[in-house]
Amino acid sequence: MAQLDSRIPSGPLADKWRRHKTEMRLVNPANKRKYEVIVVGAGLAGASASASLAEMGYKVSNFVFHDSPRRAHSIAAQGGINAAKNYQNDGDSVYRLFYDTIKGGDYRSREANVHRLAEVSANIIDQCVAQGVPFAREYGGLLANRSFGGAQVSRTFYARGQTGQQLLLGAYSALSRAAGAGQVQLHTQSEMLDLVVVDGQAKGIVARNLVTGAISRHSADAVVLATGGYGNVFNLSTYARGSNATAIWRAYKRGACFANPCFTQIHPTCIPVTGDYQSKLTLMSESLRNDGRIWVPKRSEDRGLPAGSIAEDARDYYLERMYPAFGNLCPRDVASRAAKRVCDEGRGVGESGLGVYLDFSEAIGRLGEAGVRERYGNLFDIYREITDENAYKTPMRIFPAVHYTMGGLWVDYNLMSNVPGLFVLGEANFSDHGANRLGASALMQGLADGYFVIPYTISDYLAGQKPGSRPRVDAPEFARAAEFVAGRTDRLLAVNGAAPVSHFHKRLGAILWTHCGMARTRAGLEQALREIPALREEYWTPGKGVKVPGSAATLNQSLEQAGRVADFLELGELLCRDALAREESCGGHFREEHQYPDGECRRDDANFAHVAAWEYQGDDRAPLRNTEPLNYEFVKMSVRNYK
Amino acid sequence: MNETSPKFRSVTLRVWRQPGPGAAGRFVEYKAANLNRDMSFLEMLDVVNDGLAMKGEEPIAFAHDCREGICGTCSLVIDGKPHGPHRGVASCQTYMRSFEDGAVITVEPYRVRAFPVVKDLITDRSAFDRIQQAGGFITARTGSAPEANAVPVAKDDAELAMDAAQCIGCGACAAACKNASAMLFVAAKVSHLGLLPQGQAERDRRVLAMVETMDGLGFGGCTNQYECSAACPKLISHDFIARLNRDYLGASIRSSFRQEPQKSEE
Repeated sequence: MAQLDSRIPSGPLADKWRRHKTEMRLVNPANKRKYEVIVVGAGLAGASASASLAEMGYKVSNFVFHDSPRRAHSIAAQGGINAAKNYQNDGDSVYRLFYDTIKGGDYRSREANVHRLAEVSANIIDQCVAQGVPFAREYGGLLANRSFGGAQVSRTFYARGQTGQQLLLGAYSALSRAAGAGQVQLHTQSEMLDLVVVDGQAKGIVARNLVTGAISRHSADAVVLATGGYGNVFNLSTYARGSNATAIWRAYKRGACFANPCFTQIHPTCIPVTGDYQSKLTLMSESLRNDGRIWVPKRSEDRGLPAGSIAEDARDYYLERMYPAFGNLCPRDVASRAAKRVCDEGRGVGESGLGVYLDFSEAIGRLGEAGVRERYGNLFDIYREITDENAYKTPMRIFPAVHYTMGGLWVDYNLMSNVPGLFVLGEANFSDHGANRLGASALMQGLADGYFVIPYTISDYLAGQKPGSRPRVDAPEFARAAEFVAGRTDRLLAVNGAAPVSHFHKRLGAILWTHCGMARTRAGLEQALREIPALREEYWTPGKGVKVPGSAATLNQSLEQAGRVADFLELGELLCRDALAREESCGGHFREEHQYPDGECRRDDANFAHVAAWEYQGDDRAPLRNTEPLNYEFVKMSVRNYK
Repeated sequence: MNETSPKFRSVTLRVWRQPGPGAAGRFVEYKAANLNRDMSFLEMLDVVNDGLAMKGEEPIAFAHDCREGICGTCSLVIDGKPHGPHRGVASCQTYMRSFEDGAVITVEPYRVRAFPVVKDLITDRSAFDRIQQAGGFITARTGSAPEANAVPVAKDDAELAMDAAQCIGCGACAAACKNASAMLFVAAKVSHLGLLPQGQAERDRRVLAMVETMDGLGFGGCTNQYECSAACPKLISHDFIARLNRDYLGASIRSSFRQEPQKSEE
């Protein structure tokens, strides 16, 4: 059984991080260059960590599957980044950001981690501005803010609808500077395919060069995974097509615990699906909910009519009706479930009936079309490109889609997994968002982890490692991992089955969306737990399973995707297992058996105020469910109420 | 867009196939039928590729990732135009409704000496990363930043910097240019950082280093035809090229008169 020591420092909440920083060990400057750190991923967390560790003097190698670190999917985040600056003098504070995040996460995250996140949030903005991130400004030249995603203060910093892009370009520029100075070795188009554990500690990786197919071994004193979330397990999501779980999944199979895999976020405002050829779903930033009003017809027989011909009193502005205090700005999980409910009642709009209106006519009346264009023009353009509809004239149609995963590899307060030497940052870990993430908090967490946490905590670990003690790449552990990787690649090519990778990915996605999506039931999850292993077996059955053309010795996109989907077919099962074991509803995890009469989540704090950390036991044995109790010392767990 | 066009259409693709860098390439024809008008161009290629895979043929290699026009990975030349027929969108934001039923569509990789073909429609654009590494940054060590509101930035400057900063690094500007010049890319980077007060300390050094690296990588010169900004998926203005030239000229003059700081004896 894995040892899960969260290593949360003792003492008052607000002093924990400050004190911990002074108590952690340091590495002598002359010794730093003797340590090599591998960072996998170059999104906000990976790029900021790589640059910061290199500036400190460590030798850093960065691995990305993209052709440039600048393309990591953090780039697509639209809305903004939270920070407790209180520039708007509206009563914000570190404590309030902490409290909102804890409550938003439905009391399933760690108090100490979340408080640290809120503490360093202000430093992030300073750092980004110093790098030249062109945040929106007021006429006086100071930084502008907006309110975002369920917050009652304006603490969100933004750069038009492209905040993620600008923050990533900032981190990428710092990484580029370090690479140009020879402090970081960049390995682009290199996919990590295994973690190498030597004497119980993470000491390297095996990677495949996606252009040449060459498999290489890399040794290090510590390994940092910042490889993002696993939402593509659902096939259709707002993730980039290449986003995958392979790095964290291989780490799981080497002993790292996977925490709360069923905590997935379904974002309420995405463009609905149009056909089975669809490869991705596009998010419409939830900033639109600041001015758009969400509704469906009151009567299901009206749902085929043009929106404009449905009279005001025949419309159901259901969020405003159900949650008068927060209205259209209620948190994502709440808004998504409400949309599902009205569509299940047969009142959904659009061809498929899986859509609700997001209507700007009131805002256009108030601000004029130009005013709306100034705030949201680029989003209206995106909507038009995709749907061929003009949202200034007819309301947008939106529907929830998989957007983020709060679950991930288990880490302690130092962001180290239960495998010593393996650190996990950003969306790839589980630690800060509980069962639901608030808007504009993902960018904050990625950069907090990379700029302001890992530089301290990794030094504490490295100080305990003898300089120059990392193993050579001809050690037997490396040879075994490389052999495993090559063998698995050959096996995928040898299946020579009856359907392309996409066929299996779609089927897996459909099972998960139906049974482990916005609403989950025991019967549905049990069914999924029968269907997924069967699908996985079919996938690997020669002549019947997946068909991967080409060879392993060249650029082969089918082979890359086949390996990732093979991992999703295993991870999908763990998602359902976790959802089944968690007999409560909380945040994005909604079990129909556990709800209040009004349809809200019914948490079970007596039995489930804990992190579930799954431990791999072998392909033929069920994984072990370890738990880490969540001890709330400072905040009282209460029923989330947005009414 | 054409509201009256049918929901489904069939097209013929002429696709550049090239097995690897330096290998000979050629156009190969593929038929694609029953395409929903709301399907994206890349989704159409997905469908064609699934068909090829099932016939045991190698799918068409093409670069893609976010599929929402922001990561800059996709890089198709469609009927001779980088990112296809529409202004201000990337290849992934091109939809089949933009093509007539029965159309013959030519799909090629970028043709830029500094972006060699890796396979089929994929090119190696690491030259852009090297330009960035030469100077496309503001040096701000983690932890050393002053309070964010300590330095106000005029809103107009911030907005103009943001206009330039939108560059997604896709390389369409170089692909559209008859000289395969990377001037719009470098101009966008230099302008973004040079317009902000934080970027002043390294301003001269930055522009000189980035231009020198760009030239060394084999990109051509700019002859002010502005095909670059017409092809840019973010519609970045060629006015930034004028700003780059101005910055470069000023920095060159200043650097030729600048006295090097004296090196102290070790």
